[in-house]
Amino acid sequence: MKKLSARRRHPLAAIVVLIFALAATGGLYAAFAPAKKAEADDSASIAVEAGKKLYLSGCSTCHGLDAQGSSDGPPLVGVGAAAVDFQVSTGRMPLQQPGAQAPRKPEVYTPAQIEQLSAYVASLGVGPKIPTANMYAPDGDIVNGAELFRTNCSQCHNFSGEGGALTQGKFAPPLKNVDPKHIYEAMLTGPQNMPSFPDSTMPEQQKKDIVTYVRETTHKEPNPGGLGLGRLGPVSEGLFGWIIALGLLIGCAIWIAARTPKARTK
Amino acid sequence: MSSQDKSEVPEEHLPEVPASAHVPAESDPFADPGLPAHEPRRTDIDEKAANRAERQVAFLFVISMLATIGFIWSYVGIDKDRIIDIFFFGKIGAQNAALGGTLGIALFCIGAGAIHWARTLMTDEEIVQERHEFTSDPETREYAIREFTQGASDSVIGRRPLIRRTMIGAMALVPLSGVVLLRDLGPMPGTKLRHTEWKPGKELINEATGLPIKPDDIVKGSLTMALPEGLVEKYGPAGQKEELSHGWLEKAGMSAILLVRLEPKDVKSKKELAWGHEGIVAYSKICTHVGCPIGLYEQQTHHLLCPCHQSTFDLADDGKVVFGPAARSLPQLKIHVNEAGNLAASQDFAEPVGASFWERG
Repeated sequence: MKKLSARRRHPLAAIVVLIFALAATGGLYAAFAPAKKAEADDSASIAVEAGKKLYLSGCSTCHGLDAQGSSDGPPLVGVGAAAVDFQVSTGRMPLQQPGAQAPRKPEVYTPAQIEQLSAYVASLGVGPKIPTANMYAPDGDIVNGAELFRTNCSQCHNFSGEGGALTQGKFAPPLKNVDPKHIYEAMLTGPQNMPSFPDSTMPEQQKKDIVTYVRETTHKEPNPGGLGLGRLGPVSEGLFGWIIALGLLIGCAIWIAARTPKARTK
Repeated sequence: MSSQDKSEVPEEHLPEVPASAHVPAESDPFADPGLPAHEPRRTDIDEKAANRAERQVAFLFVISMLATIGFIWSYVGIDKDRIIDIFFFGKIGAQNAALGGTLGIALFCIGAGAIHWARTLMTDEEIVQERHEFTSDPETREYAIREFTQGASDSVIGRRPLIRRTMIGAMALVPLSGVVLLRDLGPMPGTKLRHTEWKPGKELINEATGLPIKPDDIVKGSLTMALPEGLVEKYGPAGQKEELSHGWLEKAGMSAILLVRLEPKDVKSKKELAWGHEGIVAYSKICTHVGCPIGLYEQQTHHLLCPCHQSTFDLADDGKVVFGPAARSLPQLKIHVNEAGNLAASQDFAEPVGASFWERG
């Protein structure tokens, strides 16, 4: 101690103390600072920025420069990331041409770009988030899902998810080959004229059950009789019977009643 | 059977060409032209063609036999759960397809063989078989009339008018008993068609969750199916789905409603807003045309479309019909928020729900 106290008046003592203090402060900061969060915040804001750029070039013509909407497109404030993910990853947005309904088509943006667009729109207002894989994994209660589907979905999408017509050219699309994530997002956000089924009236687990039922019916269920005919029921089957089967019967009748070939034709 | 070229048939076997097939009488253009002269077929004059036709018929019958054996084999030999993927038909049951296909071939080949046999080998000479006279001969007719008049005079019906008139009266009244029996078709409906399970104060229960509904749960653009409390026990807290109790379907079927939240400024009717809660309105889910469950709600147009006959109702305008065969607006259920903060019915529907009936007026 004596040595240390003897040197405390050394001209360099102050500098040494300053170096020690700086090193300690820096070391403590490095040890305790929430480094990861800072990074995440950073990348999130980068995504929002990138999304904004994509938005301004690709979407703002119809939805407005501030996503406030226009006569050509609805406002996007508060629609949430799930709505963007659904519309853009199923190719419905950007819209090819105005019409009764935006149809499904090959997607225009890459998954990374869709993520950025979602991040930007989500930053505009609170809305439904993109569901996690666990929320829409098709391993729920299929019986409950079937009951919920019949009550809430079948009126438009048909009992087996084949889709159906609405008014003035609008239609409920078939659910075959639809990603479970997109089925979930559609229920959550209510795209276009489809009503939404928010968590407050249709809890997460029940949406999962519905997804399970839809996947089971449209993907796994075989069609033992063959020729599902859109599973539209007796009408389509009757139509098929009348046109095809009756045509064959008429052909047979004509053959039976036809004049037999004679040995000497005139 | 198909070959028509005459080169194969030796010329000497061909019959004489008939001189006059049918010559209409010049004087009477409507005279019976008679049958055209018979013309032989190739198989009638050419033994080789006839033998070929015989083999063809036999071939069809043999195919039928093989198909029948295939049918039996399919039933025994193919696993009934096996699914195969066939172009155009999709994923279908292998046994189902094999059974249908083989039985179809077996039956068709019997029919086709028989028709081919009839067309090539059985005789095709037209034979005229005259019909006999329809009327009876005069003696029989005279005998029947004599017997009838004798019986009528023996019965004294002409001389005893009392008997004649009472008999006619009795026979005229008998059918009335059938009219009275119509009463047994079932009990009169009474006022059953005018009331549903909704009573003042009954809470609205979400059909999906089995729980009461708070106004905040219903967001704009959403669609919620609801029933009156007491009808959704099958989703009860115990999680056990009870058997549908007697009459449940009838009660739920009449009381089913759907809830949507509209922007109050979009709603054209003041009464509709007053009967709802902050833009939340409840409508009957039963179409007023023939009573189909109706639920194709377009959230952007506020139109509700019935899947059966495309009746379209405007939910922002008292549920008025904007398209289709329905003649009446969709009945609205008056709702309020009770002390517990849940949506509840203020009264039963003001008019009968569902399809029209003749006393509805």
